[in-house]
Amino acid sequence: MAKTVQGPRSAKLSEWLQQTIFVGPGLIAFILIVLTPFAMGFYYTFTEWDGLDLGGAEWTGMANIERIFTNDPRFWQAFWFTAKFTLAAVLLTNVVAFLLALLMTQNVKSRGVLRTIFFLPNVIGGLLLGYIWYFIFTRGFSAIGEATNIGFFNLQWLGTPNTAFWGIVIVFVWQTAGYMMIIYIAAIIGVPKDLLEAARIDGAGRWQVLRSVLVPLIMPAITICLFLTTSNAFKMFDLNLSLTGGGPGNSTESIALNVYREALVNNRYGLGTAKAMIFFIGVALITVTQVWFTKKREVEA
Amino acid sequence: MPTKQRYTPANFALELIGAAAALIFLVPFYFLLANSFKKLKDILLNAATFPESLGLDNFRRAWVAIDFPKVFLNSFLITSVSVLLLVVISSMMAYRLVRRPTTFNKLLLTVLVAAMIIPFQSVMLPLMRITSLFELRGEFYGIVICYMGFGISLSMFLYHGFIKSVPLEIEEAAVVDGCSPYGVFWRIVFPLLKPIGVTVAILNVLWIWNDYLLPVLVINDAMTTIPLAVQKFFGQYLRKWDLAMAALTLSTIPIVIFFLMLQKHIIEGITAGSVKG
Repeated sequence: MAKTVQGPRSAKLSEWLQQTIFVGPGLIAFILIVLTPFAMGFYYTFTEWDGLDLGGAEWTGMANIERIFTNDPRFWQAFWFTAKFTLAAVLLTNVVAFLLALLMTQNVKSRGVLRTIFFLPNVIGGLLLGYIWYFIFTRGFSAIGEATNIGFFNLQWLGTPNTAFWGIVIVFVWQTAGYMMIIYIAAIIGVPKDLLEAARIDGAGRWQVLRSVLVPLIMPAITICLFLTTSNAFKMFDLNLSLTGGGPGNSTESIALNVYREALVNNRYGLGTAKAMIFFIGVALITVTQVWFTKKREVEA
Repeated sequence: MPTKQRYTPANFALELIGAAAALIFLVPFYFLLANSFKKLKDILLNAATFPESLGLDNFRRAWVAIDFPKVFLNSFLITSVSVLLLVVISSMMAYRLVRRPTTFNKLLLTVLVAAMIIPFQSVMLPLMRITSLFELRGEFYGIVICYMGFGISLSMFLYHGFIKSVPLEIEEAAVVDGCSPYGVFWRIVFPLLKPIGVTVAILNVLWIWNDYLLPVLVINDAMTTIPLAVQKFFGQYLRKWDLAMAALTLSTIPIVIFFLMLQKHIIEGITAGSVKG
């Protein structure tokens, strides 16, 4: 009955009710799970805290920050490892993904099957993949090495800092390239064919067409792929935990793993939170800069 | 790139390059599968050989060791309920934000999108405190609420982009016919959102099914999911490769089947999701 007599008051009430029902559940979950803990993080950054009760956190001012910047070589080792890893992983993943996408947009009959195979590693979680590759690096490679005598397979892959670094890079590329390939394929298919043909007719070589026509035209896809790989590589955790556990020593410990251990293994939640906040600032700076940088190079087709 | 071309020897060469690359991509799966069937001494002798027999003994033992039926069911329940609720709440929220762009709603959209940049590690420590304070820790609904909080940003954003292109006329006609705002959404708009809904569901399934760190922090032993069970198993039996490989194979199978069955949708969904995101 209320429907027929809709005065301004009941209309307002109905708007309120709609706003609450449509937006409320998501908003509550978001505030409770993301916003509040994030805001609390700013407070705990400046405390010593055992993680148990809120009141138990003791205000220590800049002590955590000072400690991280002056007396925490392990954190900075993790930072440099993560930075180097991100650089190597992002470059290699995108080169491999782009080459695969080029291949998949040619007249190749096995395209469908190949696409499935290249994408497959991506659906399996990083933790499981790390264990699978742990086995391959420790037992599988040595078996191939014995049979073929190729030096590459006879290395102590997870035994030295340098090879362990490249070990994680290999698995990351293997896992992520297929996903980025899908995005590149969509972009390449979307490039108007007449533009490429016009360039050919004007006498541009294959390499020139690729560099001067195709790449600028798929710049939006490159922005997306660089963004996704950068943020995934910088935040790597699962793969790191299961494949090397940060070893040998702490040489391959990522920032995410360092934060986790500081809090849950060393039981220093205040210090861990401080690191997590520095980590957030790092992620924000890197991804925003990178998107800004590649966006500038996007052109209209 | 021209697709209607003659099939030349160059194409055949590309075919071979593709096959070689595919082989390299598949090698890890060969190691995983082949060694799941072998006895431990054969694995230690040579991990690269074919298994001598295809007995399922390793699988039988791994099935029991990680309590596969239980952890599978846990993963399945947590993933399906979380994804279902995420689809519902994010589509509703996105609909409202598109149709009523008030100052508050515009601000909310900005905050949600900006929050996507926050790494999980920057939230997790105070979150542990919040989850025990609100008694979400160790409860099924607790982890579901956590996934809703972490998932709402991207899911809502994807729906938001799609709803913007849904014409208003259909809804207006329905209102004239006496349909309530809720009826308009559920009976008319929601079915139109199916393409992006599939994308949202798939992206969330892949994320939640494989997630490791959030469940470690907020669930109890009774709700152990597949990744947690595998992690625990490796802590105990690191050198028991025969069992470990079979356990890993078992744990990988469900999501691989999911992928192979819904491949077309997954690949389309990822393309749609990344272009919008």
